[in-house]
Order: sequence, then C-alpha cells, then structure tokens
Amino acid sequence: MRLPRLAATAAVVALTATAAYAQSTLRIGLAEDPDVLDPSLARTYVGRIVFASICDKLFDIDEKLNVVPQLALGYELAPDGKAVTIKLRPGVKFHDGEPFDAEAAKFSIDRHLTITGSFRKPEIAAVDHVEVVDPLTIRLILKYPFSPLIAQLTDRAGMMVSPKAATTAGDKFGLHPVCAGPYKFVERVQQDRIVVEKFQDYWDKDNVHIDRIVYLPIVDPTVRLASLKSGGLDLIERVLATDIKDVRADPKLKLTTALELGYQGLTMNINRGDRGKEALGISPKVRQALDLAIDREALNQVVFNGEFVPGNQWISPENPYYQANFPVPKRDVSRAKALLKEAGVNGRLSVDFMVPKGPETQAPAEVIQAMAADVGIDMKIRVTEFATSLQQAEAGNYQAFMLAWSGRTDPDGNLYVFNACNAPQNYGGYCNKEVDALMDQARVLSDPVQRKAVYEKLTKILLDEGSILYLYHRRILIAHTARLHGYQQMPDGLLRVIGLTLE
Amino acid sequence: MRGSVLDSMLTFVTRRLLQLIPTLFFVSVMIFSLQQLLPGDPATTMAGEEHDPAVIEQIRQQYHLNQPLPLQYAYWLRGVLSGDFGESMRLKQKVLDLMLEKLPVTIQLAVMAIIIAFGIGITAGVVSAVKKDTAFDYAANMFALWGISTPNFWLGILLIFLFSVELGWLPASGYVRLTEDWRASLASTIMPAFVLGNSIAAILMRHTRSAMLQALGSDYVRTARAKGLLERTVILKHAMRNALTPVITLGALELGTLLSGAVLTEQIFTIPGFGKLIVDAVFNRDYAVVQGVVLVTATAYILLNLTADILYIMVNPRLRS
Amino acid sequence: MSALPMTAPLSDADDFASERPGRRALRRLLRRKGAVFGLVVMGLFVGLAILAPLIAPYDPIAQNWTSVRKAPSIAHWFGTDEVGRDILARIIYGARASLLAGVISVMIAVAFGVPLGLCAGFAGGTIDMLLSRLTDAMLACPFLILAIALAAFLGPSLGNVMIAVGITTTPIFVRLTRGQVMAVKVDDYVEAARVIGNPPWRVALVHILPNILPALMVQATLSVALAIIAEASLSFLGLGQQPPNPSWGSMLNVAQRFLVNAPWMAVWPGLAIFLTVLSFNLIGDGLRDALDPHQH
Repeated sequence: MRLPRLAATAAVVALTATAAYAQSTLRIGLAEDPDVLDPSLARTYVGRIVFASICDKLFDIDEKLNVVPQLALGYELAPDGKAVTIKLRPGVKFHDGEPFDAEAAKFSIDRHLTITGSFRKPEIAAVDHVEVVDPLTIRLILKYPFSPLIAQLTDRAGMMVSPKAATTAGDKFGLHPVCAGPYKFVERVQQDRIVVEKFQDYWDKDNVHIDRIVYLPIVDPTVRLASLKSGGLDLIERVLATDIKDVRADPKLKLTTALELGYQGLTMNINRGDRGKEALGISPKVRQALDLAIDREALNQVVFNGEFVPGNQWISPENPYYQANFPVPKRDVSRAKALLKEAGVNGRLSVDFMVPKGPETQAPAEVIQAMAADVGIDMKIRVTEFATSLQQAEAGNYQAFMLAWSGRTDPDGNLYVFNACNAPQNYGGYCNKEVDALMDQARVLSDPVQRKAVYEKLTKILLDEGSILYLYHRRILIAHTARLHGYQQMPDGLLRVIGLTLE
Repeated sequence: MRGSVLDSMLTFVTRRLLQLIPTLFFVSVMIFSLQQLLPGDPATTMAGEEHDPAVIEQIRQQYHLNQPLPLQYAYWLRGVLSGDFGESMRLKQKVLDLMLEKLPVTIQLAVMAIIIAFGIGITAGVVSAVKKDTAFDYAANMFALWGISTPNFWLGILLIFLFSVELGWLPASGYVRLTEDWRASLASTIMPAFVLGNSIAAILMRHTRSAMLQALGSDYVRTARAKGLLERTVILKHAMRNALTPVITLGALELGTLLSGAVLTEQIFTIPGFGKLIVDAVFNRDYAVVQGVVLVTATAYILLNLTADILYIMVNPRLRS
Repeated sequence: MSALPMTAPLSDADDFASERPGRRALRRLLRRKGAVFGLVVMGLFVGLAILAPLIAPYDPIAQNWTSVRKAPSIAHWFGTDEVGRDILARIIYGARASLLAGVISVMIAVAFGVPLGLCAGFAGGTIDMLLSRLTDAMLACPFLILAIALAAFLGPSLGNVMIAVGITTTPIFVRLTRGQVMAVKVDDYVEAARVIGNPPWRVALVHILPNILPALMVQATLSVALAIIAEASLSFLGLGQQPPNPSWGSMLNVAQRFLVNAPWMAVWPGLAIFLTVLSFNLIGDGLRDALDPHQH
C-alpha cells in the first residue's frame, strides 16, 4: 500500500472509531457459576452479580448505603409502620416490550411471596399483601412493622419480572429471564458463559455504552487473574488479597475496592447437640479467652497484607451502626490464660474447628490455631467442603465454625438470623430472650439514632456472651483493565454496569 | 475369517454385551448409595444463604427426597429407561440436555489428547526400541514417564503460568467451540489436551517399545535386513507397521481412562466438559447429574474396552481361542 | 498383563541354573539404570521420612509471622510459606504423609483385592460372575469421582484418603489376581496339588500365590506411584491432610495462589512428588523387565 492510500485508510478507520463505538463487549470473570437466573429462586451471591445487569429493582443503594430510586421513585412509610406506599417510575418497559406498571410490580412481589421454592419469601415475610393504588403506585400492607423491609427491596426481593414471560414460563423462567434491566438476556451455556446485550428501550439508556456483556465463571482465582492479565477478560471479581500488590503493579490493570457489608467470624457451638456441652460451649469465659488470644491486627497483616479490616461486631467499624464504645480488642495472652483458669480448665483445651473450604479461609484458620495454642487452646482444624459443612453445622457437629456472611444493607440482616432463638442460621444454638427482645425492638423502630441506642445494649450482651467471635471484614476486590472507565464499587459486592465505557 | 471363527467372535461379543447390564446396574446402585451416604443434602446445599426450613422442605417434596431410598432409586431407573435422566436441581435443566451440551467438549479434548499421546508415546517407544540400552533409550523412557509422574493439575497450572501469563500465547481459561472458531478452539484446548495426553503417553510408549522389540527381532524383519534394505526403511515400513496394531487397540482403551483424568484438568482450565460437570455436581449434591454422568461414562468405558479387546483378538490370532 | 510363571525356560544363556530365582531377578533389576536411579531416589525419600525429626531444620508447623513468603536464603533453604513456616521442613515431614498415603493405600488394596481375586479365580461360577461384574463396575466409574465421594463421605483426613484410594485401587488387584489364577489354575503342578487332596486355601497359599507374586509386585509398585498422585489430587481439593500438618499435595493446593509472588512454594512440593512418583515408576518398570524372562 502506498503512503497516501495508507494514510487515507487510517483516517477513515480513525473516524469510524470515534464516530460510533464498534460492537463493544465486556468480559467479566466470576468466581462461581451462578445458579438459576430466577430472582425468586436464586440464592447465590454471583447470581446477584448477573442480575445487576439484567434485572432492575425497585430501589438501589449508593456507596453510603442510602436507598436511591431505580424502578421506584420513592416511598412513604405509614405512621404505624404497617404500610409502605411506593411510587413507580413511568415509561419503563420490560425486555419483551411489556410495560412496567403497578400491576406488574404487584405480580412480581406476589411471585416472590408465593412461587414454590421461593427464597425471597422469608426476606419479605412481613408483607401481607400488595395493593394497586393507581397505575404507578402500589401499597404494601405489612403484617407488622418491619424497618429492614426497604433494604430488602434494594436486593432480589425488589426485582421486577415481566408478568407475561413469567406466567408463560412458570418455574422455567430462570432459563430465559425477562426483566427490566439495562441489558437483556441472550444465552447461557452452563458453566461456560452467560451472554447479555444492551436493551434498546432501557429507561436510562443514555448511560449504557457497552453493547454486550459476557459473564464467564472461572473458579480458580489464580487462573481468573491470569486470564485478566493475558487479556482474556476485562474485569474480575474476588481478587485474592495477596494478589493486590501484583494488580497495582500492572499498569494495564486497575484495582477498585469497597469494604464489604458482611464479616468473617467464628461461630461458637453453645447449645447444639453434644458438642455444645463442652467447655467452649458452656463457659463464656472460655470463649472470651479464645477471643483475647487472637491478635486481629497481626492476622490481617500476615494473611492479607493488611488489606482487610479487623472487626469485632457484626458490622464493620466504618458502618454508622458500629458501637465505638466496644472497640476491637487487643491480644492479651495473660488475661486469656487467667480466664481459662477461672473457667476451671486444667491443661490444654481441645477444640473441634470446622473450616469451610475456600481460597482465603485456610490461612487465617491456621494463624488463629497458632495464636490459640499460645494460651493453651488446641484448635483442631477440619477443612470441610461446603455441603458437608452446612449439614454438620446444623447437626451441631463442631465446636468452632469459621463462617463468613456476605452481609445485608440493613444491620438487622447481619444479626437476626444468627442470634435469634431458633432462627434458621443460628448454628450455635444461642438463645437469649433479652437479646431477642432487643432485636425485635430495633426492627420496629425506623429512626437510626433510636435503633443504634437499642443496639448498644445488645452489643454489650453479645460481646460478653461471645456467641460469635467476629474477626474481620473483607474488601470487595475488583480488578479490571485500564481500558474500562467509570467503574465504581458498592459495598454490596454487585457489579453495576451503568455508565461504563470500554476503550 | 472362517465361519467358525466368526461364530466364536459373535458369541464373545454377545456375551460381553450381556455382561454390560449387570455391570451398569452395579454402577448405578453404587453411585446412588455413595451419594446418599455423603453428609449434606441438595435441599440444604441449594438453600445457600437463607435457610428457611419451610423452603427446604418444599424442595425436598419437589424432588422426592423424603421418599425411602429404594423408591428414589426406582423413580430414577424408570426415568432412565424411558430416556429421562432427571433434572439438575441446581441448574433446573434436564440432565440429558446438560450432557449433550458437554459431551462434544470432552470428546474434542479426549481426541486431541489421544493424538498427542500417540505422538509422544510412539515416537519415544520407537526411539527407545531402536536405540535400546543407550542414553536415547533412557532419555525417551524418562520423557514419557514424566507425563505420569507429575500430577496433571500441577502441570496444568505451570503451563498456564508459562504460556498464558508470561508468554501470552494461549488463553488461560475458557473454551471456544470448534464450529465457532477452529483456531481459537484449538488454542483453548491444546494445553489441557497436552496435560491429559502426556499422562498416558508413558503407557503407550512402553507397549510400543516392547512391540517394536518383538517386531525387530522377528523373522520378517531379519529377512528384510538380509535383503539389504536401509535400516530406516526396515524400521519405518516393516517393524512399525506390525508393532503398531496392538498399540492402537491400547489407545482405544486409554480413551476411557482419560475421562477420569479430565476431571481435575477441566477444573483448572475451566473447560465446560463432563469432568467439570460431575465435580461440581458432587460438591453440590446434585444427585441426578452425578448419576447420569457416571452411567454414561461407565457405558462408554466398557464399550471402549470391548472394542479394544475385539481389535486385539482380531490382530492376535493366537488369542482367538 | 501376561502371566509370568517362574517355571518358564531361562533365556539367559550365561545364568547358572542353580541360582535362586529371586537373586537372579534382583541382579537383572540392578542392571537397568533406570531402576537403580529409582531405588536410590526412593531410598532417599524414605530416609527423609524416617529421619525427619533429626534432619528437619525447623518445626514444620511453627509459624513465623515476620518471615512470611520469603525467598530461599541461608536461613531457609527452600524459602517460607504463607504463614512463615520453613518449606524444607515441611517437605521432609511431608514425605511421611505422601509416602504413607501411597504405601498404605496399596496395602489396603492388596489386602482386599488379592483374596477376593483368589476367591473369584478359584470359585468360578456365580461368585466369580458377581465379583467380576462388581469389579468391572468399580473400574468403569471415573476413579477420581469415586475417591472424592468416598473421601467426602469418610471425612477429610489423611487416613480417610488412604482408605478412599485403597478402596478404589482394590478392583485392579482383584482383576489382576483373578487373571493370574485363571492362567495358572490349569498348570500341571497345581492340578497335582489339588488331586493329592490339598484344600483350596492351601493350594492358593502355597502353590499359586508365590507364582503370581512377581506380577503383583510390579502392579503394587506402579499403584503406589498412582496412589501418591491420587493423594496429591485429593489434598489439592481439600479432602486430604488437614492443616497445619504438611503433605506435598496440600502444599501445592496453597502454592498455586502464590505462583507469581512466591514460586518457590510450588516448586519444591511439585518436584518432590515428581521425583518420588518417577522413582516408583522406574522401579516398577525395572521389576517388570527383570521378572519377565521373555523380555529383555
């Protein structure tokens, strides 16, 4: 090619490139394969990530955890707290062209409440029924006041589905979901990929710049990062804390982080089965001793290069509900030993320590084991795969269980199901009527200041009794190519795709 | 073949095919029982983060998990006999559809692996037979043994590190269909195929070596040498042709073993094949998927064994009795 | 596998007929360079395993939080791991876990497989049919899946991995023994023994077993190699040796996450597995050649 022709071609190419974006595709690497893509039937964390692009919710959150409008414009709580009136956004269409209105919203919520096997039902169990006030307003009538309800509507329970598609597909809706998000579902090959493409009639379509997104589940974190580095992916989630330095050092990559809503903690078997009747389960002093044996700062430094945040409550120190009068304790070996003696423990104490398999659970467990050994507690680590650990937890077949929780926007979501008597995830069998009463009280109040005051009383009791030893809060670590602009990470871990551009 | 030989072959094949039935029965009962013994159950595992007992109970009802075990097995068996392998509880897709989706992937991987295994194994075997007891023999032996002496998940990780991260020549993970883009498809499968093929290359090498040695010492070859033919011709045309037939039958056999090796390799390289399907299903207690995949895999393995045995007998007239 | 009767005519012209078969085999074994290499390496690792407390420079589970993931140096010849433990010490103690896993698994397989195979071979009829179909069934299932399911069922521990791998290796020995018995059953000396009136178990022990021993030894050696890899694979999946005790497989499991930052964590366990398995394979090959008079 001679030079003038070459230059001309180059100019044309440059012009077309700047005039309109070529079909742009964002390839996202997930840490697991999502389960069924039905907002009512889904239960995985990664599933929510895919939903973030295809299924809009009534409300969303911002980085300060404030509720912001999405498909709903606002809400109003009745004075007695037993009704919520929600105003809906006009002009919204589902992916199949059906209009989004109050009937559709009612349908979606009813579906969450009634479809067989719905995992959303317990989340919005407070809702008695939904009333259509006018084509753009619905009213949720509650059985009892429940302040965490709005927070639930910022997650899957608030996702709206097309009534026509859902009725036709029934429980097979998840094979081809039809919602109202910025992208619509194209295809899915199990364990291989999920492809979604831009929805032309999205209500906020001016802020959607990327044409296609492909979600690729890659379980191994090393391979996931390798794929990103070699250009096979554009964004990955759950980067390992120990890979942060590597990502920061690579000029082609960027790291975006946010502190998670959840926590990593040690659940103590206090009253489940026989194992709950041993020293650790019976005596709060023994549990306190274990708590004081752990140096959370050192744990963070050694295992996570200091990237995570040590904690001692079910919300992180950066959360507005965190009780500053109960700071993260420092390691105190002598006090721990004294406590053990007071509890009547002679010689070394053996503890059955169940640790679920995962890329970042074994190392902290080993460090905790070493720390506990210094005060005379021998933690016997048992790395258990997920399904087994669930069953063993329910059967009470453990003494300490290293369990993490992904977290919910409302603090109640991190607290109630684990500590209330007979609650479904109360694996420790902990039961304290006073604590239950305080938690119920906080659920009814809607003023944050009042709730925090109630929680303060609660915190003292829980920390003294040590039903769960909260250890640290992880960071949501997202690494992406430097060619991707506009990405912001929220504490709930979802990958939001509005406002992104790819060079 | 003469009439009576054909008859005895037919009897042999028929007998082996009939044996298939009790064997597969044992396979399915064994896997079914083993899964039931595993702690944890699909309903609780699927319930994931929110564990509402009512919901878990609903799931149990839906999938007959509360029924007595023999009845559950009977439900499954009845389904299989009418072509319905059940449904994946986790993915809500028919097991048959899942298997049909994944089978071509694993087959592509297996075929590529066999080709690589033959390449390495036969070359090493021929070299070490021809250069018997020299350094070449020793080196070829080591080279082929290298394959089965390294855990394949380990080799896989090293290859990813070298070829994807450091050199950037090949993708670290993922799979592209052969029909979509054959070049990308080969690029995405060459590393896992190499890892798989490497592990059986040693077996092929050993047998090639001994078959070659036998062929090289046979009258046929001695005659060829006496005729004054070039050594190279003797090896390539005469010895190899006779030596290779038993080796090929062995290859058919090893194809079945590959399915076991694929389990970890597909996990590492994120290839959505049978291996990955079944490992995930075991850990998620997705009973129907495990049953279906193991049954299909076992059938394939037994049929391949049978094919290998038939070929072997056809090639070795001495064994026809 | 072909039968290897010791009564076959000798093919080495320069061997004295009076030399005991065992010693002859040993001599032939030692002539093969590969087998010698294998024996030396295996001996080295066995020595490491036995003498671990005397040789290891540090306590393998002692953590040192100030030397996390340090490269090999004078203080730590192989470097340190993710919580500051000395890798050389962990490799040495890991030899115990990995070698034990390999050997005990195969011992379990032999202890169950050989008697069952003898049973099937001798009894014939329905018992043979049942055992054979069961063996076929076990061999037809992907080995790793069976092992994963068994290990998950038994619970994660090194001992349970040995049992799981042992059980899944048993069918190989059942089939091997049965095949050998079938081949040897019709030989004159066995017929003679039975005709005299020896009970079957005596015939099996005294007459048949010694003759199938060579084939069993070869298979056992090769199976140990496979069992060590199986333990590594299961530990890689988190089902094997529990932390903080070291095994080469579980060390690899952790090491793969640090391939970029701390490659020494991966090199040594990988090399250890490779050398050990290779040595067993070489010994097995050597044994096969040495014990089979038809092959040189």
